[in-house]
Amino acid sequence: MKRNGTCLITGGRVIDPSQNLDTHADVLIRDGRVAEIGKGLKADKAATLDASGCVVAPGLIDMHVHLREPGFEYKEDIASGTRAAAHGGFTSVACMPNTNPVIDTPGVIDLICMRAEEAGVVNVFCIGAISTGLEGKDIANIGLLVEAGAVAVSDDGKGSQDNYVLRRALDYAKMFGVPYISHAEDKRLAADGVMHEGHYSTLLGLSGIPSASEEIHVARNAILAELTGTPCHIAHISSAGSVRIVREAKARGVPITAEVTPHHFALTDACITTYDANFKMNPPLRSEDDRQALLDGLRDGTIDCIVTDHAPHSWSEKQVEFPYAAFGVIGLETALSVACNELLHKGVLDLRGLIDRLTCAPAHILNLNTKGSLRKGVDGDVTVFDPDAETTVNADTFASKSRNTPFNGWKLKGAPVATVVAGHVVWNARAASKAEA
Amino acid sequence: MTAATKSKRSEPPPAAKWTHRHLLGLEDVSADEIRLVLDHARHFKEVSTRDIKKVPALRGKTVVNLFFEASTRTRTSFEVAAKRLSADVLNITASGSSVTKGETLIDTVHTLEAYRIDILVMRHAASGAPHFLSRHCTSRIVNAGDGMHEHPTQALLDLFTMQERGKSFDGLKVAIIGDIIHSRVARSDILGLNKLGAHIVLCGPPTLVPKRFEEFGAQRTTRLDEALDGADVVYCLRMQFERQQANFLPSVDEYVRLFGVTAERLKRAKPDAIVMHPGPLNRGIELTSEVADSARSAVLDQVTNGVAVRMAVLFLLAGVN
Ligand SMILES: [Zn+2]
Repeated sequence: MKRNGTCLITGGRVIDPSQNLDTHADVLIRDGRVAEIGKGLKADKAATLDASGCVVAPGLIDMHVHLREPGFEYKEDIASGTRAAAHGGFTSVACMPNTNPVIDTPGVIDLICMRAEEAGVVNVFCIGAISTGLEGKDIANIGLLVEAGAVAVSDDGKGSQDNYVLRRALDYAKMFGVPYISHAEDKRLAADGVMHEGHYSTLLGLSGIPSASEEIHVARNAILAELTGTPCHIAHISSAGSVRIVREAKARGVPITAEVTPHHFALTDACITTYDANFKMNPPLRSEDDRQALLDGLRDGTIDCIVTDHAPHSWSEKQVEFPYAAFGVIGLETALSVACNELLHKGVLDLRGLIDRLTCAPAHILNLNTKGSLRKGVDGDVTVFDPDAETTVNADTFASKSRNTPFNGWKLKGAPVATVVAGHVVWNARAASKAEA
Repeated sequence: MTAATKSKRSEPPPAAKWTHRHLLGLEDVSADEIRLVLDHARHFKEVSTRDIKKVPALRGKTVVNLFFEASTRTRTSFEVAAKRLSADVLNITASGSSVTKGETLIDTVHTLEAYRIDILVMRHAASGAPHFLSRHCTSRIVNAGDGMHEHPTQALLDLFTMQERGKSFDGLKVAIIGDIIHSRVARSDILGLNKLGAHIVLCGPPTLVPKRFEEFGAQRTTRLDEALDGADVVYCLRMQFERQQANFLPSVDEYVRLFGVTAERLKRAKPDAIVMHPGPLNRGIELTSEVADSARSAVLDQVTNGVAVRMAVLFLLAGVN
């Protein structure tokens, strides 16, 4: 990855929630950092990016992705995953530890950082395992992981099933100031479920995953966050009950935050009636009532940020009978468009609110002090997008190695236009389409 | 599948046309189409009483029974049906999951289709497997049971048997007893009976009969006597004891005490009520031998009628372009 680029972004509408900014201006990035925001800026020898008609925002941060490297490079790797991120307007991603080997030693973090440096297109942050091997038995070397660069610890994909171990891990993690990111799922209650337990699972004869399996863990996490004082972040929140529990805990001052994915706020379990495994994910798509509660949670700030839970799987892992298919969908290249379409244009969030949940909020949760903002001196990461551009999702054009999106063929309003990382234009839709023409 | 979509008609069907390429379930089959199948089945049942039990309707066609789950009864029934229609029949019993052998279901079926087969009768442990496959194949698919989802030909033969025993569906009280949640038979029967206007009462412990089923236009009770009161049809489902480990039930003894159908308890049903069971039955558990072997029992009729109904289904599907 190249750093210290210089670039002038002209003529856009600059919106930066971190400094309450919404103005038409140019943005100058010099030597990889934000140098100036103002009208009529000039810069010699700087690459110029025309952002007229577009929104210029701090670089989007996706704090929940699966890059699959090391261990599952046939699904995705750091090169393809970060390219997909850039295409989607993301300048930073945080990758989950359920790789092979698991991110539970500094060596794996070193490897990922090295690969990101060589082949990465955007910034890559590592999330360490909270327990060795993600097995939920022994606390991982959280101190060493943080020293190597981990920005959080998580049990993603598994969920901490042992309350005692989690309590000790949270007590321990407190000294490093990193949040715990919880995959909230009681595995015994989820049992062999493959979709949301409700009307459609009953109709389709598929084993259900009750909302209670998530809510029990969300409640437990709130209780343990209060007990230990260690911030707890609920990954991919999906049910109305979970939103309610987080809302109540926040009101009491518990250090708890939450994220939601575009597929959970845009889709419901009714989508599964064709047994298409591109609608199979964990947590599952839930009911329309749950979806409405997620939108309410975004509106009132109970849900802090939007993430993709980008989970690439190969064709053969998805083109099978629904119960046998792998859980998870990709999202980096559709997230911004889906968010614009479903949140911005349907009046759930305004531009400022939308940008906040994709930039400032995740930066704040992960303590990334030089990200998620366009303040002078911070890293020169910028996302340019057109909230009104009409686009049709075509998975065949994705930079990701995988195609498991539930949004293929969708017509959406809103699209990323250019992605700037440390002053380098790493992706530019307009240049790309010109090159094709 | 709501109560609102329930058909209340009882007059004979108009000349409905069969238009589905596949029979994946009864969910998207209309009441008229169900009546059409039953009409054809009546005709084909007559064929089975002849000296030479064969008609040339499917001569030159190839029917493949592709069973990923063992089921001698259903497979044999389809085989007899296809042969009485003069079709060539291939039986393929895939042991275990084809996925574990590194061959996907799509590959398996494409290989079969290379032999230019016409109809694929498929039994699979995964709900939705035939629906998934229908997007990838050119032959007609008959769902012979998919996971816990549907078993449409079983439901059609059940409906045929009820009709044959003189029951008219409008307002008919059908009690379905036992493990509803895991039963593809129950799901298809509920769908079919609902479309024809019957009144369905589901009975069993709440672990096996979740409240959610009320959304499908069925009443629900945990008291067997209440289910049997004034019932026209008493349908017992097979208990699958391997589910015991999953804590759905404390014991077989307790199940028999609470939900076993005996001659004594059956007195609550209508005097001409019939007793049905998809087989194979666990004597003394779902129902007593006394009940199973009584004149009220339609269990063997169900087996006989299975052939006629499956002939009707194969015939109708073969006629669709
Ligand atoms: Zn997760």
